[in-house]
Amino acid sequence: MTVRLALSRVMAVAWKDLTTERRSKAGFNGVVFMAAITLLMFGFALGPDPAALRTAAAGLLWLTVLLSGVLAFNRSYELEIEAGALDALLLYPGGRWPIFAGKLLANLAFVLLVEVITVPIAGVLYDLPLLTPLPGLTGVLFLGTVGFVTLGTYYAAMASRVRAREVLLPLLLFPMLVPLLVAAVGATKAVLAGDPMGYGTAWIRLLAAFDIVFLAATFMTFDYVIGE
Amino acid sequence: MTHTKGSTTIVGALLILALVAAAQAFGVLASAPDRDMGHLQKIMYVHVPAAWNAFLAFVVVLFGSVMYLWKREEKWDLLAGAAAEVAAVLTALTIALGSIWGRPTWGVWWTWDPRLTSTAILLVIIVGYLALRSFVDEPDRRARWSAVVGILGALNVPIVYMSVRWWRTLHQPQSSPSTVDPAYAWGLRLNAIAFLLVMIWLVRARYRAARLERIAELAAEREALGGRVVNG
Repeated sequence: MTVRLALSRVMAVAWKDLTTERRSKAGFNGVVFMAAITLLMFGFALGPDPAALRTAAAGLLWLTVLLSGVLAFNRSYELEIEAGALDALLLYPGGRWPIFAGKLLANLAFVLLVEVITVPIAGVLYDLPLLTPLPGLTGVLFLGTVGFVTLGTYYAAMASRVRAREVLLPLLLFPMLVPLLVAAVGATKAVLAGDPMGYGTAWIRLLAAFDIVFLAATFMTFDYVIGE
Repeated sequence: MTHTKGSTTIVGALLILALVAAAQAFGVLASAPDRDMGHLQKIMYVHVPAAWNAFLAFVVVLFGSVMYLWKREEKWDLLAGAAAEVAAVLTALTIALGSIWGRPTWGVWWTWDPRLTSTAILLVIIVGYLALRSFVDEPDRRARWSAVVGILGALNVPIVYMSVRWWRTLHQPQSSPSTVDPAYAWGLRLNAIAFLLVMIWLVRARYRAARLERIAELAAEREALGGRVVNG
């Protein structure tokens, strides 16, 4: 398969997934609402002390992203399995990795869009200065989201095809995401505080390493997951 | 034939049990109470061997997973699954005993120390792996999926450890025969060997059970299809 053909396949899968989502919007609205309500409930759980909320904000924000984002991944396969479209997709000759790459891109766009709405809400609720650290914050959010979506899209290819899929996906996914959560929260905290100690770079490097290791591993093994 | 096999297993189990009892007795009786910890130190004879052998069992899971993807023989998948069950038990035992030891020593049941935290994450990763195995019914699919999940989990171990190490550490350096007084070293070695045998025996027993289950499944399948019932 030439690179050009592969790329056009990747884009076709991503485009198809995003179009389905754009036309119904059911998934997107649900996930955004879930994220907003989670942020609000963390506020109630921690009490109205603004200083305490600001200290915990980085962790709360990332937990919100993980807890709401995880709802999106199974959906990306379920719709296709119900319609029998996945089998048709698998019948095409050539490698299966473009299917994974396309779904990964669509899920990445989905979760990043959720964050575009969620992060300002967190900024308002937890009184965070978002404008000054915006470039750094965007970078950290992007790196963390890439790792999250990579493993989420990969494990959902299995979880969406078994019984009890709603339970299985977080069981598989969240333990694997612990280092990502630790590094993303560390980096976000550093960026929000203006990074006076230069701790941010170390965490960002760890995030990048996580992304590279699992992008490589998932692309190399996706055939085993999706094939029959 | 079956009878001989059964009695060999029982004799083997009794021998291993006797060795564990002897190693424990040696560890407890042959060493004086520790200067700081007193008799609490005796927990080491279970905690440390369990931790070592849990780690070994994880290596067997990784090995079985890689071998399955390479050779596509069912036995490697069953081996990985059996080792994962034993790894989960030994890891849980390690954490529970560490916690019992930590309460009087550190004053807390749990602390967010890197080694403790990494071990706990390892436990939830292996529990996720076992959950996947129990949720997927189709054997070929279960084997392929658990192999990749096992390999990805193993890839994550160094990253997990690195990420939590950057927190302040409270755990004392791990005990090994070279870091403890000679009075304790032999007890530790003996118990490590005893636990190794327990680990191997458990993996073997679970592996056999899994194989028998598969044979029974295949027989039931054939019978349902109206074919001849084949014994294995």
